[in-house]
Amino acid sequence: MTTFAALAPDSDLVRGLYIVAFVLFIVGVRQGTHPTTAKRGNLLAAVGMAVAVATTLALDGIGNWELIIAAIVVGTAVGAVASIRVQMTAMPQMVALYNGVGGGAVALIAWSEFREELHLIDDGTIAEIPLEIFVPVLFAMVVGSVSFWGSLIAFGKLQDLIPTQPVKVPGQQLINAVLLVGIVAACIYLGINNDDPDQGIFIAVLIAAAILGNLVVLPIGGADMPVVISLLNAFTGLSAAAAGFSLDNVALIVAGTLVGSSGTILTMEMATAMNRSVANILFAGFGGAPAGGAAAGGEERPHRSIGAQDAAISLAYADSVVIVPGYGLAVAQAQHAVKEMADELEKRGVTVNYAIHPVAGRMPGHMNVLLAEADVPYDKLREMDEINPEMPRTDVAVVIGANDVTNPAAKNDPDSPIAGMPIIEVNEAQQVIVIKRSLSPGFAGIDNDLFYEDNTSMLFSDAKAAAQEIAGEVEDL
Amino acid sequence: MDLMTEITIFVLAAFVGFEVISKVPTTLHTPLMSQTNAIHGIVVLGGFIVLGYADDTLEKTIGFIAVAFGTINVVGGFMVTDRMLGMFVRKPKPAAIEESRSEPLGDASASPESSAEEGER
Repeated sequence: MTTFAALAPDSDLVRGLYIVAFVLFIVGVRQGTHPTTAKRGNLLAAVGMAVAVATTLALDGIGNWELIIAAIVVGTAVGAVASIRVQMTAMPQMVALYNGVGGGAVALIAWSEFREELHLIDDGTIAEIPLEIFVPVLFAMVVGSVSFWGSLIAFGKLQDLIPTQPVKVPGQQLINAVLLVGIVAACIYLGINNDDPDQGIFIAVLIAAAILGNLVVLPIGGADMPVVISLLNAFTGLSAAAAGFSLDNVALIVAGTLVGSSGTILTMEMATAMNRSVANILFAGFGGAPAGGAAAGGEERPHRSIGAQDAAISLAYADSVVIVPGYGLAVAQAQHAVKEMADELEKRGVTVNYAIHPVAGRMPGHMNVLLAEADVPYDKLREMDEINPEMPRTDVAVVIGANDVTNPAAKNDPDSPIAGMPIIEVNEAQQVIVIKRSLSPGFAGIDNDLFYEDNTSMLFSDAKAAAQEIAGEVEDL
Repeated sequence: MDLMTEITIFVLAAFVGFEVISKVPTTLHTPLMSQTNAIHGIVVLGGFIVLGYADDTLEKTIGFIAVAFGTINVVGGFMVTDRMLGMFVRKPKPAAIEESRSEPLGDASASPESSAEEGER
């Protein structure tokens, strides 16, 4: 088969088309940072990718068409079927897997580039591998390999194929450090002997990088895995950029670098949202079972805190929301603000109900009176026994100024002072947002386990201010 | 292209990447990670170049796997992002409301509320 259109790699047309592609990438990522434009942004980036792919396939001298087409068909089939079949809850590990194969592709390309250069030396075409090619080749190979294996481990952990608890090997940090130093030293050795580099050493480096990728991710617990995947994602981007340097391909350089730097920022934002630092996640290795040891004393337990905008997005795109008011709402006189927030949500087609605990507030009926004052229709005030069975089908439960009446310890912990007290089972909802001024205990004087659950986000604010802010954000969406 | 030009492009692209991400709502962290993940699937271009110029069997095998991997990264990455972002599509209003309420949840309260809402609009 012959090429249908041959473009010289350095021609203005190829460069122009690559520019179109990365402009679409940049605009696509920018739009991906806002909920109303994110879907379009993803589409724009995909169009950019199609332009880049078509341009490259039209390059002069590309052959082996039957193999290229077969590989594209296989890759498309696997990628498409997997992404259609995956459960929404399994998204993070799917991303890990896609990231892994990307890193694997980079490592393979680097290896092939290395072999290509060796051929040129054997032919006598070149005397040595130019360092401006060799250095990026080595970098791409090492980082791509770390990313491939690290992502596979991340996938395995999230998919429960390997234990999600932090796996600790004695002297772990030391082994990693030795491996890293060894890899760097071997790369320098290869670089110095660039007139006759040993392929055996090259492959040894590839294997050492694979082991390093495994060892770095293994000790990290499942809870921190999204941050790790994001970091590996940035790594793969950088390695793709390095591959671009060695192949002299500007599309790879720009797109890879873009992912490398935006991925780094995103990783830091994700870590901040979890109240962790990236270094802490990578080296402390306790993210797997944070609740275990800390639960006993008064030590700080990890929780997730969010802002009004995030809360507004979760609420606005939910189908059903249940508001759980408590004493804090009464103190803040937030009933009108809460009603406004609920009105904004209902305008968008969200079903809003109120779950009233018999002792919410300081007296029975306290909440009913307050909410009735704000013109909340009576049929929306649902009693505890009526609303609890519906909790698992609720997208977001918003706890406003309530505490003990939502504490799952009442059900789960027979030793708790409030054991046996009936609660509103908000922890059964898909997502919980707790609006509260601090993590401080409620009337019963005990810590609320709800605040530390995986699906709970804390919005630290005065009930009234928070409800007003959320209503405003929802209106702006 | 000479090395310094490439390095210039690299540095500028790095700053664009830093600037383009700012204050992302946590809800969008995973989709955005997934989208940038799909973009580094651009390595498939490198796979095309390797496989397109390969002549021995090992070369072809390496290139084949690289292209297949890269394609999985691109196709799967964009598609899975699109699915995640599906939850940010605006809901069709009244019809969907009726439907979601037809669950045992709010049958009794359904009709008066939705008519009240329509009155507001």
